[in-house]
Amino acid sequence: MTLSTKPNPAGAGAPARSGAAATDRNASAFSTFVRAREIPVASALVVLVVITAVINSQFLNPQGVKDLLLNATILIIMAAGQSLVIITRNVDLSVGSVLGLVAFGTGSLFNAFPNIPIVVVFLIGMVFGAVLGGINGLLVTAAKVPALVITLGTLYIFRGVLNAWAGGTQYFAGDRPVSFSDLSTETVIGFPIITLIAVFVVVAVAIFMHAVRSGRDLYAIGSDPDAALLFGIPVSRRVLYAFVANGVLTGLAGVLYASRFNSVGATTGDGLELNVVAAAVVGGVAIAGGSGTVYGAAIGALLLTTITSALTAVRVDKFWQQAIVGLLILASIIVDRVASIRRARKLRVSEARDV
Amino acid sequence: MSEALGTTETTRDTKTTRNTETVRKYLPGRDALTIYSLLVVVIVASATIPRFASPVTVGFLLLDVIPILMLAMPMALVIISGEIDLSVASTAGLTSAIMGVLYAAGWDIWTVLGICVIVGIVAGAVNGFLITTLGLPSLAVTIGTLALFRGLALVVIGDNAVANFPPGLTKFFTSKIGATGIPTVMIGVLVIIVFFAVLLHFTPFGRGLFALGYSTEAATFVGIRVGHAKFWLFVGTGVVASLVGIYWTLRYSSARSDNATGIELTVIAAVLLGGVSIFGGKGALPGVIAGVLLIGTLNYGLRLAKIPDVALNIVTGSLLVLSVVAPSVFSWAKERARRRRLRSHDPRPRASATTSTTTTSA
Amino acid sequence: MAEQQAPGESVLSLVGAAKSFGPVVALADGTIDIRPGEIHALVGENGAGKSTLVKILAGVHQPDSGDFRVAGELVSFKSPAESKAVGVSVIYQEPTLFPDLTVAENIFIGRQPKGRSGLISRREMRRQARELFARLGVPIDPDRVAEGLSIADQQIIEIAKAISLDAKVLVMDEPTAALSGVEVERLFGVARGLRDKGAGILFISHRFDEVFDLTDRITVMRDGRYISTHDTHTVTIDEIVREMVGRELGALFPKVEAPIGDTVLKVSGLARAGVFSNITFDVKAGEIVALSGLVGAGRTEVARAIFGIDPYDRGTVTLSGRTLAGHSPQAAIAAGIGMVPEDRRKQGLVMDLSVAKNATLTLRKKLARFGLISGKRERAAAEEWSKVLQVKTGSQDYAVSTLSGGNQQKVVIAKWLATEPKLLIVDEPTRGIDVGTKSEVHRLISDLAGRGIAILMISSELPEVLGMADRVLVMHEGRITAELPRSEATAERIMLAATATLEEAAR
Repeated sequence: MTLSTKPNPAGAGAPARSGAAATDRNASAFSTFVRAREIPVASALVVLVVITAVINSQFLNPQGVKDLLLNATILIIMAAGQSLVIITRNVDLSVGSVLGLVAFGTGSLFNAFPNIPIVVVFLIGMVFGAVLGGINGLLVTAAKVPALVITLGTLYIFRGVLNAWAGGTQYFAGDRPVSFSDLSTETVIGFPIITLIAVFVVVAVAIFMHAVRSGRDLYAIGSDPDAALLFGIPVSRRVLYAFVANGVLTGLAGVLYASRFNSVGATTGDGLELNVVAAAVVGGVAIAGGSGTVYGAAIGALLLTTITSALTAVRVDKFWQQAIVGLLILASIIVDRVASIRRARKLRVSEARDV
Repeated sequence: MSEALGTTETTRDTKTTRNTETVRKYLPGRDALTIYSLLVVVIVASATIPRFASPVTVGFLLLDVIPILMLAMPMALVIISGEIDLSVASTAGLTSAIMGVLYAAGWDIWTVLGICVIVGIVAGAVNGFLITTLGLPSLAVTIGTLALFRGLALVVIGDNAVANFPPGLTKFFTSKIGATGIPTVMIGVLVIIVFFAVLLHFTPFGRGLFALGYSTEAATFVGIRVGHAKFWLFVGTGVVASLVGIYWTLRYSSARSDNATGIELTVIAAVLLGGVSIFGGKGALPGVIAGVLLIGTLNYGLRLAKIPDVALNIVTGSLLVLSVVAPSVFSWAKERARRRRLRSHDPRPRASATTSTTTTSA
Repeated sequence: MAEQQAPGESVLSLVGAAKSFGPVVALADGTIDIRPGEIHALVGENGAGKSTLVKILAGVHQPDSGDFRVAGELVSFKSPAESKAVGVSVIYQEPTLFPDLTVAENIFIGRQPKGRSGLISRREMRRQARELFARLGVPIDPDRVAEGLSIADQQIIEIAKAISLDAKVLVMDEPTAALSGVEVERLFGVARGLRDKGAGILFISHRFDEVFDLTDRITVMRDGRYISTHDTHTVTIDEIVREMVGRELGALFPKVEAPIGDTVLKVSGLARAGVFSNITFDVKAGEIVALSGLVGAGRTEVARAIFGIDPYDRGTVTLSGRTLAGHSPQAAIAAGIGMVPEDRRKQGLVMDLSVAKNATLTLRKKLARFGLISGKRERAAAEEWSKVLQVKTGSQDYAVSTLSGGNQQKVVIAKWLATEPKLLIVDEPTRGIDVGTKSEVHRLISDLAGRGIAILMISSELPEVLGMADRVLVMHEGRITAELPRSEATAERIMLAATATLEEAAR
């Protein structure tokens, strides 16, 4: 992992990089440490991989690594998208249904137009996702109702639409051009192509969130929505765009899903939203908004899929997987909470001494 | 904000307030609206769908709706108190799984049922502990326990199913009271409904829930033990969820890990449709019951009308979205109307302001 | 009355702006005129409509009517962004920082300096932030997150933000409430600098020494209306106060002498790390003790600790000789304490519940028979107390949100009187209440003391403190710095004790 060389995000409490440190107070260093949630998650991932590899040497052979990355790819992209929404103190639970719709749409496109250029398929999938995300965003910003409820509703509606559309139809990999499926089998320097796409997406979104003004606005909105309004940040528009962007990324994930997996049908992506939210939360994106990073969410996604693979590799019952996801979500929010209680208590006392 | 509001109080102001209040009294409230819609749906369905208005229909409709109805009761209280519980369906699933495994292992059925209720208590207590003692947001906690409890159900029973429950018991759970078509278990369900209705509307505890749903601070200031109240609310929800797990298992005579999957959505949709505010502090159980029956009747009616099952998702989802969007649209329209009224033909409240605009230059 | 300005001369002018929220008129006639190169004070009691006016200038609220011009042009802001775009910058009473963002980013959010790549340059942002802080002379680390900063530091960041905007009009809503003497001086230096560069500054403060020290003109507001504008050097504090209050002080506060009995509340050595320390005082039956001091001095925190809302680390609270368990409002209520909290809407009432249910919320257990509350008994109990307090409502069943501020406050008080308390803590009892009802509330409190209830009153309004209290305790930075009996309590002495150490620091 090359994570340690990446600069830390300012949103997570900008570390004073060696030369630039000025009048650092203790609190700053402390909060930087606690808030850099990506480090413990990344360490957990490394420990998990090492232990599993020790127990089962097959785990880290080239094929094993490739499978691991392939399995994580779709979740990584979706977690990156979801983190945009969560950082604004919202959530999108409809992503599993959106992915299903786009994946099935991709299948039907290839079925209807076997010679359609792959690029066009990607574009259509992403636009489709954007429209669905836009519906969520519009409902959330116009009705001013918790996104949880709205997207719970659209989870149902989108899934219902997919059911009605797909019925019993399934499209299989055989219906799609070989070059499309190749995206998930061909590798460049050991990485499957779709994984490289995911990495590119994560980096692009991370740069946007770290160093573009409207990206920083998302953190401000999630940190204190009222203050953001008072400050003149166009809160509704930004939140709408976050939902649209999440839709685009989910759409991309949907197209890649059709490339990666053999069949797409009415149940594709069912229940995926749970893993996506879990990945983001485990990766240090605070469910209350305002903090966390895109690559934290990506590491969270990688950790979750690695756990599943590791369970199989060490021959633990696969039924444990979901329970572990649940435990990880709970553990993450508990750790965050305890840290913030400690921080608040420390700050209260240290501020008092300053006076 | 607080300084901005509540400056002038004159008799004129009180009078306008009184007028709007009288108007409001005759306008249908949110829960009344749901009850009317339910009546309309029932009448339309009886008139247009053959075989709808029959004891058989009543029986199957109620059997279908019972899990939602039971869960909607504690869920309404949870949402009124400003929280949410997404883990109810998973708790029911976990209960079902444990019930199946223990019974298959040869345990006495009554002991098994007792243990099931204890499972519900523990599950609710886990939620309650994390939410009240650690102060975590219930949304995040119950998304976690939604995964955890369902995961544990899988761990317990895997992809097996246990079916051979005592025939007397399974028969009881699908039996009807005489020729009415009403399931016998409805008696138990009624007990639960009455219990939660009395708890919410006629006890000090219920008063407290409204207060703390509106503002935890306001509740603390009148001596309500916020954490205490919420903890027991989640325990109660867990118990009802375990009862639903038992009902589900015996009604379909099948204990599986995926029993009751996803019904938390329908439950929440029904509660919100029944006029409970997602922001807490507002709601009443009659509306909630109407909300449950409305969703149940719509689904059942559509099914009888040969509309494919897949449309049902869309109906439930749309109702959920509608029930939360409608109040915003409603209040937006009201605000617009008020502004228009202010601008056009009721300058009195601002008489002085208008005068000063026109006369300062003089 | 005001000298009228030709619109061209002023950088910002608002004439006859009105704003109401539902049935409540928050601002009936908001009028202000700011010229370039002047510092203009806006004064008025709490609830006079200053904050509403500020929010109209900021674009947060849209006035229902009135004439609003910036640099002579008619404007109608739909959002704060539009107000900011034409050069109006506002520092609010309560800092509005983003807790998860760094200090530097809080200053530059939305207009962060960009590097050559078009991306935000953190280094440049940090450098500029440091420059600003150097100019203000404060050592704040631009890289730390805003969460956990003291109110004073937060206020300084707000000021830095406003300065960096190079605004044409800078509105400061009580910027000094939480600042120390040195910081205030520095802020004034900056404000004068901006004025000399031609900016128009609107300065809102309750501290008359500051108003007279800093400003060129003063506008007075009362009860949501514009009263007058004066050149600062032509008026005296007395004249301004008279215009603010609008009547003689004596008439406002009908304090009735009450026989003072035994000690009811005894607080000794109460302390909470970082909030207050060594708080020792008592309140006797029939006595009104005022807890005075600046906003943020720890008054409300002490009251909350006594009532058990917040925990405390050391010390004891005794009521009629019995020591109270800490951190338990239930214990406090059982022992006979009632508390009318600071924020009526969020803490005092459940706005969606009916008047009757609110008024009996404290009695909910006593009203229950076999665990069930009877609606009839509930209404009867509510009726009784609303009659005593003359709550004006159409029906006991109306939501309490439909009442006016004054009547809402009476419902809060009714709720506590129903418990027959020995001690009533009232925190800012007349905040946001119009003048007529204000004196009713005062009479009520005075009455209660007459009936032998011990009253602990927190108030930011000096006239209220001076008019009502038998004894005044002054707090400063978490400590009690003075205890003045009624005969010795004067505005000057209270202000001195409330800022005493600040003055020393300034020297």
